[in-house]
Amino acid sequence: MIYFDNAATSWPKPPGVAKAMVHFLDQVGANPGRAAHRRAVESGRIVYEAREKVARLLNCSDPLRVVFGQNVTEALNLALRGMLRTGDHVVTSSVEHNSVMRPLRALQRQGVDLTVVQCSPQGFLDPGDVEAALQPNTAMIVLNHGSNVMGTLLPLREVAAIARQHDTLLLLDAAQTAGAYPLDMQADGVDLLAFTGHKALYGPPGTGGLIIGERVDLERLEPLKRGGTGSRSEWEEQPDFLPDMYESGTVNAVGLAGLEAGVSWVLEQGVAAIRAHEVELAKRVISGLCSISGVTVYGGLDAELQTATVAFNISALLPSEVGLRLDEEYDIMCRIGLHCAPAAHRTLGTFPTGTVRFGLGVFNTAAEVDDALDSVRSLAAEAR
Amino acid sequence: MTGEAYAVVLVYSTSYALKAEKHLAKAGITCKLIPVPRQLGSDCGVCVRIARRDRETAEEVLMGAAMQVAGIRDI
Repeated sequence: MIYFDNAATSWPKPPGVAKAMVHFLDQVGANPGRAAHRRAVESGRIVYEAREKVARLLNCSDPLRVVFGQNVTEALNLALRGMLRTGDHVVTSSVEHNSVMRPLRALQRQGVDLTVVQCSPQGFLDPGDVEAALQPNTAMIVLNHGSNVMGTLLPLREVAAIARQHDTLLLLDAAQTAGAYPLDMQADGVDLLAFTGHKALYGPPGTGGLIIGERVDLERLEPLKRGGTGSRSEWEEQPDFLPDMYESGTVNAVGLAGLEAGVSWVLEQGVAAIRAHEVELAKRVISGLCSISGVTVYGGLDAELQTATVAFNISALLPSEVGLRLDEEYDIMCRIGLHCAPAAHRTLGTFPTGTVRFGLGVFNTAAEVDDALDSVRSLAAEAR
Repeated sequence: MTGEAYAVVLVYSTSYALKAEKHLAKAGITCKLIPVPRQLGSDCGVCVRIARRDRETAEEVLMGAAMQVAGIRDI
């Protein structure tokens, strides 16, 4: 079996992940941050360790600035709906996922002014176009770091510099890149970083969060939900400090135990080494697919400028047919369709049909890539 | 240890207690997370117990780490 759906959820996980989760359920179990007995403290410690590891990996100045939630979608909703008000202007790109576009379209109906900057048909963004779109009331730039459709990397540092220069905030959707591509929240100039645990951080689904940088005004950033935090219990008002302010309700401690193990593993391997392996795989996939007659590959066709996610189509075959046959006849798991990103597919010119997506991860091998290329070659030959 | 005099570092939440504990432990100060003594607050949370003789060093360590705490009290 070949698993090429890592852009959705990575699999397999490093062995420590399941072990940490079983340990939590069997040996710890208690509620983190809700009592002071040993088990509760141990549970809180595991969650804190996860906070610390994420902060270390992404170079955030303080682990308490890491606010955990269910996934990157929740984090993006917190940042967008918590920060933007009627009359504000927000700028984003034309390759965003619906986890950005849907909250933004809803905010637009509430009077937030939205500019979607057009990317090239390969999915690249010109930072100059972002700068040209800014207005005096621009409150935020929202940027997809790496596309979930064709893997294209957007120019983070250049856009961050523009955000600083124009005194606006930069929200980064790092769903596809956190753990897979070097990311330094402080050096890169990210104000709000939304991440998910179940992709390149190699944790389980149900984990993710928002890292809140020092330029963000907490008085302005409204929580998505309010409730019990285990702190300031004598108050009926929400706490005003991090992370509790944005973390009401019991966090997914068993998931975060797994995330801690996943991020620890990423730290041990080193993001640079993971990236180097994935670049090699992506090169092999791109050049292999490009050499097959009848196959169209989307994006920049340069592994250095993208993640290990590659989008393609086989002429005369619908993506749904390719996906089904790869699964049933060749034992290859990939994802087809629009990948929750209609804007990105419109940019590529693949809307509404979509594409086939190979989402590679660190556990994939060159041999698997070669097998998958043989399968695509067979399908393409049959279709001719 | 019977007869040991203690102080507690009062913090905003468990996350702060764990962060304070890390800084204190790194400085060689023995600490334990305990429930906030009733006379010091109505909160359901934890605080960091240290030996009273470590109180001054703890204050310096926490200040050096720019850690916000709600106070340090003898118990």
